[in-house]
Amino acid sequence: MADPLDYIRGFAVTFKKLFEERLTLEYRGGNAKPGKPDEKREKAVRLHGRHVLNRYEDGMEKCIGCELCAGVCPAKCIYVRGADNDPADPTSPGERFGYVYQINYLRCIHCDLCVEACPTQAITESKLFEFSFTNRSDAIYTKNELLVDDDGRPQQMPWEDWRDGEDEHTSGWMRATSPSGDHRYEGVVAWSGELGHGVRSPEAGQSDSEDESPSDMATAEVEQ
Amino acid sequence: MILALDPLFLDDIGLSIVLIALLKVGLAFVIVLVSVMFMVWFERKVVSDMQHRIGPNIAGPWGLFQTLADGLKLLMKEDLVPDRSHRFVFKLAPFLAIVPAFLTFSIIPIGGNFESKDGAIDLWGHDTFLQVADPPVGILLFLAMSSIAVYGVMLAGWSSGSKYPLLGSVRASAQMVSYEAALALSIAAIVLQTGSLSTHDMVVDQATGGFGGFIPNWNLITTGFIPFVIFLIAGTAELNRPPFDLVEAEQELVGGFHTEYSSFRFALFFLAEYLNTITMSAIIVTVFLGGPSGPVLIEQIDWVWGIVWFLTKLFVFLFSFVWFRATLPRFRYDQLMDLGWKILIPLSLGWFLFLGALDIGNDRGWDSGIVVAVTVVVGTAAGGLLMAAVRTARSERLSQEVDSHG
Repeated sequence: MADPLDYIRGFAVTFKKLFEERLTLEYRGGNAKPGKPDEKREKAVRLHGRHVLNRYEDGMEKCIGCELCAGVCPAKCIYVRGADNDPADPTSPGERFGYVYQINYLRCIHCDLCVEACPTQAITESKLFEFSFTNRSDAIYTKNELLVDDDGRPQQMPWEDWRDGEDEHTSGWMRATSPSGDHRYEGVVAWSGELGHGVRSPEAGQSDSEDESPSDMATAEVEQ
Repeated sequence: MILALDPLFLDDIGLSIVLIALLKVGLAFVIVLVSVMFMVWFERKVVSDMQHRIGPNIAGPWGLFQTLADGLKLLMKEDLVPDRSHRFVFKLAPFLAIVPAFLTFSIIPIGGNFESKDGAIDLWGHDTFLQVADPPVGILLFLAMSSIAVYGVMLAGWSSGSKYPLLGSVRASAQMVSYEAALALSIAAIVLQTGSLSTHDMVVDQATGGFGGFIPNWNLITTGFIPFVIFLIAGTAELNRPPFDLVEAEQELVGGFHTEYSSFRFALFFLAEYLNTITMSAIIVTVFLGGPSGPVLIEQIDWVWGIVWFLTKLFVFLFSFVWFRATLPRFRYDQLMDLGWKILIPLSLGWFLFLGALDIGNDRGWDSGIVVAVTVVVGTAAGGLLMAAVRTARSERLSQEVDSHG
């Protein structure tokens, strides 16, 4: 038998909430009328947002058109076609490059398997999450929209409401503590530099650095 | 037979009196619709405040026009009539829900000068009550209308030709019928106290007298709180509001009896639901808290004060209903029936008999101490017998279930 006073306490709890802080932020996606608040919550570092296609520091595309991302995609939302590089004016440092690259965001479930599958860290997920397109063809982002610009920053879609700093660290997921889930790689930079950012230092690890030293990767530079 | 005790109709009935009566009807209609709009907004706002949310805040100042926007959206939706429905009944049901809700409001006094003019106010030289009608059957109209509202819910579910609405309406009708008994019995205590069925007489009765000069002579106090508590609980159940909203328990029944309804027909059910909430609060205020009676602070605008007191009291109950919703989890169906049949109905019946005994004792000049003592003894014995009966029945049922399941 419950304490009858518990019912009264329950009512006291809900009444007290009337005077507590509201957790809802008044997000209006940049469409606020003057004088109205338009707040946006700081996104988690590893948020699975929309993808970007990265480039090397010299401006070459990282994508080699291998289609591994398309193969691993459980939602079948990625369409890639590779083509041979022109030897005189290569698009990517390898033999082939991503000639067509499309992601259908009506299908994408943001599982990040494509990011894990990519052998060159060409595709990463940013923290950008706004997908307020109004027709189906807008939902398909092509290479034009996905590829970073000449400064290494993602392209802004018309429906995206960027706040300061949101276009940075768009390869944040790849700088996770231990790439590919292998703890021996913790604190080790295992990817090449990107356009506009170079090689960024890895995130702080979760385990103690003493007992988990990256002995297998002795030659790698450890920045921490 | 007198159809209305309103002083407006005591003189010869001329054009001006007809116009005043029509004005009252029109005003009541508008007030009801606007207050429903306000109530929906208020409920959403308070519930979200109690859940750390903001609630509607875009349409109009503080989101006040959110209901209007929702209503307009509903009107523009496609009006679906399911293929397997009983077409005529399906279309009739929403009106069976909304019309009683409107009619009930007509017996509620929403204002008047109860200090010196017996609840009347002066409208262009004619004395009149601030209520649409004051029929001699009074509060019985409320009970009758809430019974008719059961038909709306029941027929809506039955005529939809679909299983979830049917289950929802079976629940609803069982729940509303069983809680109506407790509702009526607690009102019977008030009728005993007042000696009249008229809602206006009830307010007049509560407006005079009082204890020690500052405690009002409300039925809440004179009938000893128990009928009020029973009425509040049974009223919440009658409204199908949380924690008694099994009728539309989304997790079990999709949308309950109005699953198949869309567009304006759904809007009518929605309107009726909130209308009933307001009406039920108003009935509680009228019956237990003296309605619009209260001190007239400035004599020149005596008509204002009745409305002010009425709205203040009404607001308390509207808030309470929202508060219940934000706080209490939903009852299980057998708990609901247990509460109704095994606790509320016996308790309200026993309390009614107790008040009756006290009344008769006063008339005959019996010692009230002895009356109370005898009632307590009889009441305890009856309660004990009831509990024993319930327990025996339950253990027999359980043993049968054990037998049948091996």
